[in-house]
Amino acid sequence: MNTICIMCPMGCGLKIEKVGEEIRVSGNTCKRGEAYGKAEFTHPVRTVTTLIKLEGGGVASCKTDAPVPKERVSDVVAYIGTLTIGRDAKIGDRLHASLDGLETDIVITGTPTSGC
Amino acid sequence: MREYDVVVIGGGPAGMAAAIAACDGGAKTLILERDVRLGGILNQCIHQGFGLHYFKEEMTGPEYADRFRKEVEKRDIDVMLEAMALAIGEDRTVTALSPEYGLVKAKAGAIVLAMGCRERTAGAIALPGTRPAGIYTAGMAQKLCNIDGYLVGKEVVILGSGDIGLIMARRMTTEGAKVKLVLELMPYSSGLKRNIVQCLDDYGIPIKYSHTITRVVGSPRIEGLYYAPVGTDRKPILDNEQFVSCDALLLSVGLIPENDLINGSGVEMSPVTNGAAVDENRMTTLDGVFSCGNVLHVHDLVDNVSQEALIAGSAAARYAKGELKSGECVNVAAKDGVRYALPQRINRGEGKVRLFFRVDNVYKGVRLVVESGSKTLSNRKFQMLAPGEMGSVDIERSDIDGDIVVRLEK
Repeated sequence: MNTICIMCPMGCGLKIEKVGEEIRVSGNTCKRGEAYGKAEFTHPVRTVTTLIKLEGGGVASCKTDAPVPKERVSDVVAYIGTLTIGRDAKIGDRLHASLDGLETDIVITGTPTSGC
Repeated sequence: MREYDVVVIGGGPAGMAAAIAACDGGAKTLILERDVRLGGILNQCIHQGFGLHYFKEEMTGPEYADRFRKEVEKRDIDVMLEAMALAIGEDRTVTALSPEYGLVKAKAGAIVLAMGCRERTAGAIALPGTRPAGIYTAGMAQKLCNIDGYLVGKEVVILGSGDIGLIMARRMTTEGAKVKLVLELMPYSSGLKRNIVQCLDDYGIPIKYSHTITRVVGSPRIEGLYYAPVGTDRKPILDNEQFVSCDALLLSVGLIPENDLINGSGVEMSPVTNGAAVDENRMTTLDGVFSCGNVLHVHDLVDNVSQEALIAGSAAARYAKGELKSGECVNVAAKDGVRYALPQRINRGEGKVRLFFRVDNVYKGVRLVVESGSKTLSNRKFQMLAPGEMGSVDIERSDIDGDIVVRLEK
């Protein structure tokens, strides 16, 4: 696979391939780029940030408390889309989600009234 | 007439940090914020990526804002919400309007400007074609989505690759819209690399560099637009025009520091940053008026905004108490590939000063040289410098030997 390294502003174009048992990264100019390339190749993960519905209308923002496998991002977004939480939700509140083998906490990050 | 040591105009990341530093410096402090709550644009930036430098942990915008909001609340800082600052008088009296307090006049020992930026609009870039519904600045679309819960379109084109545009490409996709295309006039992105990778590449959203919109069509709602590659003169090559249908166009084409309060006041402005020219304390050429955050110059990272605002807020408190001494200043100029360096002047004295700079193009393997009179204050190699990423370099004030020049050397 090909990707761009995001470890620094250089933005090296990385080529990552599996040769036998070994994962080979080329195009990088430093060690951090090699580690990034390997991680992106073997288990890319992303923190999901999206919105969650509030009872009676409106939205609050939320995120997964840890990065989830990249290929599960759309599952997590779809699941959060089915939820509705109370209007008294506060920043830092947590909901646990079990999704076909993926266990993650969803953390409220902002509400329409936070700071009022 | 209310009296304060320090009046901070704006309650976003810059205003909150400035007020905290001013209060900790012993100043009686007021924040004037025009929104219904503190936090500014951070409240609508629900994505991750804030705080890595300042808090050494990654968080979302609303969480970053909440940290500072709690620090403000802990202190004896007066906050007026829904308060719009209208004018700054010559004696540093700030006039504001608020539904709760009516016409407010606050006499300030020192003022900190922390009003942030507004976005460039379709009019500001003379967008060709009709003026239908469905054209939004990226930040407006972000607020409508993340705060109000409205998605502004289902088939989206984004003009400009500024960070908010890239972030919105991912947000709109996550919420079920199809982002068809991102067009960037320049041959490189003005956004952070991580946003190109994680907001566009992750979702297979194409970006066309050196392309721009030639005509918007549709009435009363946008139906699509024509776009074309541009030549080296950045003018579109109309023979190669193509059409793409869409029901929304987001503009991420730059930010304008919101300096209306001081424009025309005689304060020295930088024609490059469109913010005030300041010294290392972030004091403008108006005595006792300080500036920090995006109203001073556009930052990529809020962490840098907070740091800069702490400098301004603490200096404002010292000024109000009569403890801030301005001495002989040297000027800081930028040339040979450096678009600007900030602060624009430095008082001679002791201690480190961090110079922030931006370059005018993508450079690889260059040296950033800082010279003062006959001395070289810094000579550092950078593997890569790009216009979208602000750089910084520290210098020792005691080494200053005359006016300072910041330049690139191949």
